[in-house]
Amino acid sequence: MLRFILTRVSLVIPTFIGITLLAFFLIRLVPGDPIETMAGERGIDPVRHELLRKEFGFDKPILVQYGIYIGRVLHGDLGRSIVTQASVLEEFKTLFPATIELALCAIIFALLLGLPAGMLAAVKRNSIFDHGVMGISLAGYSMPIFWWGLILILLFSVQFDLTPVSGRIDVLYYIEPTTGFLLIDSLLSEDEGAFLSAVRHLILPTIVLGTVPLAVIARMTRSAMLEVMGEDYIRTAKAKGLSRLRIVTVHALRNALIPVVTVIGLQVGVLFTGAILTETIFSWPGVGKWMIDAIFRRDYPVLQGGVLLLGMVVMSVNLLVDLTYGLINPRIRHNR
Amino acid sequence: MTAEIMETPAVAAPTSQPPHPLREFWGYFAANKGAVAGLVVIVFVVLTAVFANVLAPHSPYLTDTTIALQPPFWQEGGSLTYPLGTDPIGRDMLSRLIYGSRLSLLIGFFVVVLSILIGTVLGLVAGYVRGVTEIFIMRLMDIILTMPSLLLAIVVVAILGPGLMNSMLAVALVILPHYVRLARAAVITETSKDYVTAARVSGAGPIRLMFKEVLPNCMAPLIVQASLGISTAILDAAALGFLGLGAQPPSPEWGTMLADAREFVLRAWWVVTFPGLAILLTVLAFNLLGDGLRDALDPKLKR
Repeated sequence: MLRFILTRVSLVIPTFIGITLLAFFLIRLVPGDPIETMAGERGIDPVRHELLRKEFGFDKPILVQYGIYIGRVLHGDLGRSIVTQASVLEEFKTLFPATIELALCAIIFALLLGLPAGMLAAVKRNSIFDHGVMGISLAGYSMPIFWWGLILILLFSVQFDLTPVSGRIDVLYYIEPTTGFLLIDSLLSEDEGAFLSAVRHLILPTIVLGTVPLAVIARMTRSAMLEVMGEDYIRTAKAKGLSRLRIVTVHALRNALIPVVTVIGLQVGVLFTGAILTETIFSWPGVGKWMIDAIFRRDYPVLQGGVLLLGMVVMSVNLLVDLTYGLINPRIRHNR
Repeated sequence: MTAEIMETPAVAAPTSQPPHPLREFWGYFAANKGAVAGLVVIVFVVLTAVFANVLAPHSPYLTDTTIALQPPFWQEGGSLTYPLGTDPIGRDMLSRLIYGSRLSLLIGFFVVVLSILIGTVLGLVAGYVRGVTEIFIMRLMDIILTMPSLLLAIVVVAILGPGLMNSMLAVALVILPHYVRLARAAVITETSKDYVTAARVSGAGPIRLMFKEVLPNCMAPLIVQASLGISTAILDAAALGFLGLGAQPPSPEWGTMLADAREFVLRAWWVVTFPGLAILLTVLAFNLLGDGLRDALDPKLKR
């Protein structure tokens, strides 16, 4: 087991170097002088230009620059935003809980709907319900979620006036960020309506972000269940006279969950991709919107830091999934 | 020499004619109703794209602010002159959608062809040369796969600058690893087979071995992946367009149209509904086609 963990962890190193290289060259590959690009169309006076070149270390050889960059990254120094002058890491830390909160809600939503739907579809194979679930999940899988968000706004916010259009909470409430997770913070606060307002703001973004994972989970659960239901031990359970409900929920589901758990782990990348779009639509103050805004403000340190940090998060989650998978399933760790 | 033996192959006359491979393939494919439906939609979109200048009632670029935000014909205030209404600066929605199909198909095919070309070459090299080259190529692909796809595409566009061409290059890079992996895996399994050894013995060089012998035999998974790749390409390019990083206005690219229409979501449902519906249907069609192709081409699934 230790050997498995060590091999798997050592595989992370090239990926780490790759992500830092990507982030490092992000600023340097922009055509033209990076400082002038960041300064935009207004231009920049030569003294400040030289100063900034020194500050960013652009006057040193490229390998030395990379070495300095890596050193800084390992010390947690990701530079400062050009627009706000705040530390990139600090900004990321304030905004990341909003993204996590949204992503967690989305994955829970996807699981709550996707698991039962996939299970039922497998049990009632080839029924209308099965075809319906498969059809809908294929549509969900093909969904341009940036459009889906607008359509949901059109339906629920404009037609029925049920949900707010954007933001995390009504401007009426001011919640002291203690955990950064607004659902928890608003519950802890004295304001009674705050929690409800936070929930109402979460509904649409959760559905939008959860749609693609929901489709994937439903499809995966169905096919995993179908495979397991054909196994001998299920036949044995049937022969023993166990109830159908017990066979499906206890015997079959437990084994069918293994591939499903892996798929959920792999959805992290999909979730962050979706979060960028969802946050843009709903003006959700998370890291996705922060990075998109950074592109248009030419705030390259923010973009660079964001790419690095998000890349690290996805890398770590993938590693964790692999390790847990190896823990649950001994076949995996002996294969390597 | 061995070549002399190879020149007199003993061909046994087949006793009963097997069905033509294409006919057999169609038999399996046509049994899948979803795949056929997908194919029909794709043919429809392709025809729309080809005959866009004949089909479109108006110019997709001509603005006329006197008729801005006209609703579709079935709503009050709408007219059949502009069947699906007009956008905020008075361009005909239907005509823009029709011309948009050209862009989306162009994006889909260009991106997939580009990544197949580069991906197969990289995969063939990795699988044939092995050693350090293989490790380098495959680790690079793993890194690309680790990054959230849209994030990577955004980074590339941030470096190259927004635009249709750059967004296509970005998406091509994002879907590249799938083709590299497929091609490499296929090469490794195929090169150990007898027919490759036979070709090698008869003096075929590595290039000929790769492209004339091995490649045709690993086409099936590549075709399936290509169909699914087109749908990813269209979706991701539209997402970039929506974020303002892809095709730039006034281009009638569907994602860009959505970005333009976003602020009018509260006033005019048709300017946001139709472009997204077009994206959804096209992407869905390519996904259905891909699923159908996989079922029809994968011998393991044939009963």
